[in-house]
Amino acid sequence: MMAGEAAGRMAKGDRMARHRIALSVNGKRYERDVEARVLLVDFIRDDLRLTGTNVGCDTSHCGACTVMLDGHAIKSCTMFAVQADGTEITTIEGLAAHGRLHPLQESFRENHGLQCGYCTPGIVLAASELLHVNKSPTDDEIRTAISGNLCRCTGYVNIVKSVSAAADRMAGRR
Amino acid sequence: MAQAMKPMGASIPRTEDERFLTGRGTFVANMLPRGTVFAKFVRSPYAHARILGIETSRARELPGVLGVFTAADLKGEIGSVFTAWLIPGSNLKTPPYIPLAKDVVRYAGEAVAVVVAEDPLVAEDARDLVDVQYDPLPVVVNQETAMKEGAPQLHAEAPKNVAFHWVNAGVGDVEAAFKGADVVVSQRFVNQRLQPSAMEPRAALAQYEPGTKELTLFVTSQNPHVHRLVLSLILGVPEQRLRVIAPDVGGGFGSKIPVYPWEAVVCWLAMRLDRPVKWVEDRTENFLATIHGRDQVQYVDLAANKDGTILGIRIKVIANMGAYLSTAGPGIPTILFGFMPGGCYAIKAGKVEVTGVFTNTTPVDAYRGAGRPEAAFIIERMVDILARNLKLDPADIRRKNFIPADKFPYQTALGLVYDSGNYEGAMRKALDIVGYEKLRVEQAQARKEGRLMGIGLSTYVEVCGLAPSPIATATGFQGGLWGSSTVRIHPTGKVTLYTGAHPHGQGEETTFAQIASTELGIPVADIDVVHGDTKVTPMGMGTYGSRSTPVEGGSVALSARKIRDKARKIAAHLLEVSEDDLEFSDGKFTVKGVPGKAKTIQEIAWAAYMATSLPKGMEPVLDATTFYDPANFVFPFGTHVCVVDVDKETGHVSIRRYVAVDDVGNQINPMIVEGQVHGGVLQGLAQAMMEQAVYDENGNLLTSNFLEYLVPSSLEAPMIETASTVTPSPHNPIGVKGVGETGTIASSEAYVNAVVDALAPHGPVHIDMPLTSEKVWRAIHGKAG
Repeated sequence: MMAGEAAGRMAKGDRMARHRIALSVNGKRYERDVEARVLLVDFIRDDLRLTGTNVGCDTSHCGACTVMLDGHAIKSCTMFAVQADGTEITTIEGLAAHGRLHPLQESFRENHGLQCGYCTPGIVLAASELLHVNKSPTDDEIRTAISGNLCRCTGYVNIVKSVSAAADRMAGRR
Repeated sequence: MAQAMKPMGASIPRTEDERFLTGRGTFVANMLPRGTVFAKFVRSPYAHARILGIETSRARELPGVLGVFTAADLKGEIGSVFTAWLIPGSNLKTPPYIPLAKDVVRYAGEAVAVVVAEDPLVAEDARDLVDVQYDPLPVVVNQETAMKEGAPQLHAEAPKNVAFHWVNAGVGDVEAAFKGADVVVSQRFVNQRLQPSAMEPRAALAQYEPGTKELTLFVTSQNPHVHRLVLSLILGVPEQRLRVIAPDVGGGFGSKIPVYPWEAVVCWLAMRLDRPVKWVEDRTENFLATIHGRDQVQYVDLAANKDGTILGIRIKVIANMGAYLSTAGPGIPTILFGFMPGGCYAIKAGKVEVTGVFTNTTPVDAYRGAGRPEAAFIIERMVDILARNLKLDPADIRRKNFIPADKFPYQTALGLVYDSGNYEGAMRKALDIVGYEKLRVEQAQARKEGRLMGIGLSTYVEVCGLAPSPIATATGFQGGLWGSSTVRIHPTGKVTLYTGAHPHGQGEETTFAQIASTELGIPVADIDVVHGDTKVTPMGMGTYGSRSTPVEGGSVALSARKIRDKARKIAAHLLEVSEDDLEFSDGKFTVKGVPGKAKTIQEIAWAAYMATSLPKGMEPVLDATTFYDPANFVFPFGTHVCVVDVDKETGHVSIRRYVAVDDVGNQINPMIVEGQVHGGVLQGLAQAMMEQAVYDENGNLLTSNFLEYLVPSSLEAPMIETASTVTPSPHNPIGVKGVGETGTIASSEAYVNAVVDALAPHGPVHIDMPLTSEKVWRAIHGKAG
């Protein structure tokens, strides 16, 4: 139940204020008016219709909503869209450049690093940040990097294998 | 793609992966047809209460709200959701589970009203403006308490809250077995309640076409045809005008088998409002209102001779069913549990007695393994307890009691016929891989030094491949359980394969193409697998109970063989030879001894389409459908070994090794088999290590988000080593068994056996799951919890 005052305000039909934001998503610039309370993930999914970013919880635990924001993997359910004003975002749809799969995407496919596919976009993006800062991570480092992303299908074994294989591929080790 | 090796048995990457890896999955929540409006359910914060009144006017007045509906609006419009497993001879009580509660709510999370608005946030605002007056009633959450005199009663028709009482008396004389025994060991186990936690919460989107009077429901379902049948009955929409589509589904683990009342409400709203209506759960709603799993209290006695020969097993279970019976609810602790607690041992007599009990909790239904993990846990723990009692090695006592490999098919004391097995072979392999003898030597040394390390075995067998229909229906299941497929060869030789399975992570878009490719010699890349749409696929029973590969996949092989047989006739006709003169390989019929004289399957597909010259009386085209009802279940088995080190000071358990040797019969795609084992093992370990749904005494679910309900992350998950043996199922068309649940069925007890073994000889004979560090620490230090 919400506080009486807020409920009363809503019952009168007062809507939340809207704000103009401008941001870049997957290299494309967008300007939109959004309600202050709209979460970044809902903005990405509902306004921009980029539905590869998923929602698995509402408490920042599952990581299905992970996107890259100014080079960092963040959970887009824990940020308001207005807070992303002026940022550069990459979602899973933007990872494959010029129709060629990113080495992580290739590697997840080759190593059976996904099953139902729901957590996959978030995990791939979390792993992409890792591989940006660490070219040859150990299995423990990989496990730590993706520990904010839950997967219920794979037992993580093939995810770790996929990330490791992608690191090798990107470093030209195979 | 090049067919360097036979597609059957090849670890080829999955066809379905690219769309998920590029963010193009078609999950229900992604869909947004023009004009969609959004439903939110008002759910009870009380676990048991009388509804005194529902004030909806403030919600209705909110701009953008299209309507607020309660039980009064649904009266005569939507029937109760019913359980589809009516266990015979169990005096089953089936109190109505109406979509929106009318007078009384019976669990926290039960829906009492629904609001619909143009915008999802406005729908949430409106939901919070619905004012329900409740008069709280006494609450009971524990099944043993619920059966006691004076406990709060949930349903008038179920005295002492008993939903059913079921007995499997087995085929041997269990009392005689116990009378003649040298030793009887007894133990109480709590197999705790779990929250399935598929990463994708449930969702439904319904659209009505007034012109054709067709209702389309997109829904997170593991069995869209079952959804169609049940929803047709409770909504009164003719089955042929109800189209259920389960597109990509983000994990199910059983929780997306049931037909939920609110899915019917979303359908009704779409017809009533003439707008597409969408409902997506949030995680807390998922934990409150999507089914839970397990929740059994088990009392077990095992009778044996001094040499370790097991004579009989006697089990009493009190199963918590929650507040209402979910779709398959009553079948889980009875039919799927009560024939398996004899495990892989040649036990002469057994008896299983199960009482299902209503409590003020979320309904309980199938969660990965569904009854079989609870059964395997019992026997695998009891064998260890017996071994400790008799001072025998856990591997030796198992070896002594295994059903011998030459005794299959084997009639068990609890009434099933196991199809095939080689239990000792799988155990030998697992013990070799882990280095069992060396580990025991190391353990003896560790004990001397005061270090705690333990080795846990689980030599499981499970029943799966849910079918055959005569058995399913004899046990009260309200539906046939067979597999279906259509293999359609297009004029160009490309193939569309329709299946009654519903893959949602298991990879059948790839493996079913591999089956058809093996039978027909058509490349995997030319075969697309279609599933999940009741308008285009043959009636199908869906994906659960590790049934897709043996049952639905068996059907694919049979459809492909029908086509191959027909193609052979056409080839003989076109080549003007007899069928016997032809040999078939790599998709080509060749006249024996005349290599140049041949017709490819693609050429035959074209000829069958043109129908210019076909054998007399033959119908055009290559298109075959099969409804396959197997002769028996299939029985995968294996040995898992868990090796742990336990920190005496903190009770922290580290898994040093986890070795899984599974025998799932022939393997279509070993990489996918291994992936299924990995995921299954972690779900079973999660139950043993950390997961537990917790209610307080007032029926509040304390574990209502991922902050409190801890599913393992990559940091808790161990490395899992896998291997296999292959003992094909003799009655399956392709010799396969199921693999989706094996890991979960095997791993919980491997872990508990390891931890208890680490604490032995001074520690307790049992610790109930989950084995948190605190519980383990208390067990080490002899401090009661």
